[in-house]
Amino acid sequence: MTTKSQAVLDWIDARFPLTSTIKGHLTEYYAPKNFNFWYFFGSLALLVLVIQIVTGIFLVMHYKPDASLNASGVPVAFASVEYIMRDVPGGWIIRYMHSTGASAFFIVVYLHMFRGLLYGSYRKPRELIWIFGTLIFLALMAEAFMGYLLPWGQMSFWGAQVIVNLFSAIPVIGPDLSVVIRGDFVVSDATLNRFFSFHVIAVPLILIGLVAAHIVALHEVGSNNPDGVEIKKKKGADGHPLDGIPFHPYYTVKDIVGVVGFLIVFSFIVFFAPEGGGYFLEFNNFIPADPLKTPPHIAPVWYFTPFYSILRAVTYPLLGIDAKFWGVVAMGAAVVIIAFLPWLDRSPVKSIRYKGGLFKLILTVFIIAFFILGYLGVLPPTPGRTLVSQICSVIYFGFFLLMPWYSKIDKCKPEPDRVTG
Amino acid sequence: MKKLLSALLFAPLLALASGPELHLDKAPVSTDPAALQNGAKIFVNYCLNCHGASYMRYNRLQEIGLSEQMIKDNLMFTADKIGEPMRIAMQRDEAKVFFGAAPPDLTVISRSRASEFGSGADWLYTYLRSFYRDESRPTGWNNKIFENVGMPHVLYELQGEQVAKVEQKDDGHGAKIKEISLEPGKPGKLSKEEYDKATADLVSYLVWMGEPMAEKRKSIGTGVIAFLGLLFVLSYLLKKNFWKDIH
Repeated sequence: MTTKSQAVLDWIDARFPLTSTIKGHLTEYYAPKNFNFWYFFGSLALLVLVIQIVTGIFLVMHYKPDASLNASGVPVAFASVEYIMRDVPGGWIIRYMHSTGASAFFIVVYLHMFRGLLYGSYRKPRELIWIFGTLIFLALMAEAFMGYLLPWGQMSFWGAQVIVNLFSAIPVIGPDLSVVIRGDFVVSDATLNRFFSFHVIAVPLILIGLVAAHIVALHEVGSNNPDGVEIKKKKGADGHPLDGIPFHPYYTVKDIVGVVGFLIVFSFIVFFAPEGGGYFLEFNNFIPADPLKTPPHIAPVWYFTPFYSILRAVTYPLLGIDAKFWGVVAMGAAVVIIAFLPWLDRSPVKSIRYKGGLFKLILTVFIIAFFILGYLGVLPPTPGRTLVSQICSVIYFGFFLLMPWYSKIDKCKPEPDRVTG
Repeated sequence: MKKLLSALLFAPLLALASGPELHLDKAPVSTDPAALQNGAKIFVNYCLNCHGASYMRYNRLQEIGLSEQMIKDNLMFTADKIGEPMRIAMQRDEAKVFFGAAPPDLTVISRSRASEFGSGADWLYTYLRSFYRDESRPTGWNNKIFENVGMPHVLYELQGEQVAKVEQKDDGHGAKIKEISLEPGKPGKLSKEEYDKATADLVSYLVWMGEPMAEKRKSIGTGVIAFLGLLFVLSYLLKKNFWKDIH
C-alpha cells in the first residue's frame, strides 16, 4: 500500500473501526474448513434480501397503493402492476425478480433452518443466533403476507380477508383487533395502504435489524459445522483455530460459486416460468380484487401452507371457545416452538453424523409430515384430508415436545476431537 | 423449457387437485405474426365492443409486425391516438344491466384462466368453441364449459350454431350428472376447420397480449443462463485455486 493511501486509512481508522471491522468479520474471522452444501443458504438468504430490497425500491416508483377504480373500472393498484409489467422499461424483469424472490426467500430460509436441524446449530452457545433466526422467519412471514395484498388481485384480497378474519376469533378483543388491523370493517383501501406502509418500511427495518443481530451473534461465537464440534477448542501456536480458515478469501470465493449456482436456478424461473406453475404467481391473482365475488377455493401461497394446514387441522372447540381460535393458537405455536429447540434437544452430540438411528428416523418422519401439511394446505379440505393433517400436526408438535425424551435415549456415536473434513 | 420446468416441479401437486373435472382441448398457440395479426383483427372486430383491454396500447401492435398506419387504418376504432389503450365506450354499470355481469377486461385473461386442467389458452380455445343454442337463456346462448354465461356467442356468424344433446349420466356415486355433447346446427361462414383456425389465432393473440414481452423474456433468459453458466465454471476454478492448500 502506498504511503498516501495508508495515511487515508489511518485517518479513517482513528475515527471509525474500518480495518478492525474488516478483520473481525472477514479476513480474521475463522470459520470451520469443513462446510458442505448446506452452508450456502445463509449467504444466499442475505443475497435474496438484497434482491428484494433493490427490486422493491424500483417497484415502489411506479406502484400505486390505491383500491379505487380507474376510468376502465379496474382498481388502480392492479392496473399499476400491469403498467410496471408493460409500460415501464425493464419493469417486467424487476417485478418477476421480486415475485420470484419472495418464493426463493422461503426456499432458501427453509433449507437454512433444515441445516440447523441437521447439525444442531441451535445448541449452546448459539441459542441467541437461533432465536434471532426464528424472529427473522416470523418477520419474513409478516412481510410476505402483507406484500401479497399489494397486487390487489382476487387471491391477494381474499387471502388477506381470510387471514385477518382469524384474528377476530380471539375472545373479547378479537373483533376490535381485526378492525384495527384492517383499518376498516372489510379489507379495503385503508388495509391496502397500511399493508403497503408495513411492507416497504416497518417490517424491512425490523428484518434488517434482526439480520444484523443474527450475524453479529454468529461472529461472536463462531460457526458450527457438519461435525458439530467446537473448532475454538483446538488452537494452534498462532492462536487461531487449527480447523479454522479466514472467512475471506476462502469462504468469499466459495460463496461466489453458491451465488452463481443459485442465480442460475433463479433465472430459470424468472425467465422461463415466472408463474411457477401457478404457485409463485397464482392464476386467480390476474383477476382484479372483487369484494363481491368470493373465489370457490382460497389457497394461501405455498410457503404458508404447512402452517395453514395446522390451523385447519384444529376442529374441536375447547373451553367454550371457537375451534378457529385454537387453530390460530396452534398455528402461532407451530412457529414459536421452533425458538425453544436449544432447550428441547438433550442429545450429548450436536450433529446428525453422530446421532443415533432414532433421531434420524424421527427427523425423516417430521420432514415428511411437514411436506404433507404443505401439500394439503393448497387443497380444499375434506374429512379425509383433515384427518391426515391432524395426524401430521401431531407429528409436527411431537417432534419438538418429545425431543427431551428421545434425544436423551438415542444411542449416539462419540464425537471426534477435530473436524473430519 | 417453461413447460418442462413447471411439469417437473409441479406435476405431482397438480395431479391430485380436486373439484369438478374440466375437459379442455389443447390450444394450438402460435407466435407466428400472420396468426397474431389475424387474431388481432378478430379481437378488435368481435371482442373489443364489450370487453376492453385497458392495459394494452394500440402502438404495441407494432411488435406483431404491423405499421403505425396499418393499425390506425384497420384496427383503431375506439381511440384517437396510437398510444392510447384499448378502451371501450360501454359503461360498466350499463354493461352489468345488459349482461348480468360487466364483461371482464381481456388484457391478461389468458393468464387468469389457467388452472390445473390446462393453460389459459386451452380454456379460451375450448370456451370459444363450446357455445350452443339455448332458448331458456336471455341471450339465446349457453356454453358447455361456462354454464349460464352472460356472454352471447359473438362469433356466431363465423361458426354458425351448435345444438346440445343432454344426457343424464350416473357419476359412479349414485348421483346424476348432466353430460352435454355438441352437434353442428345451422352452418356459419366458416367450415369447422376454418373456425378452429380462427379461434386458435384469436387465442394466440390473447396469449400474446397477456404478456407481450414473453418471447423477449425467453431470449434474454437464454443469454443470461449462458452467461451464468460460464461464470459458474470460472468461479468454481477460482474457488479451487484458492482452496488448493486446504486439506
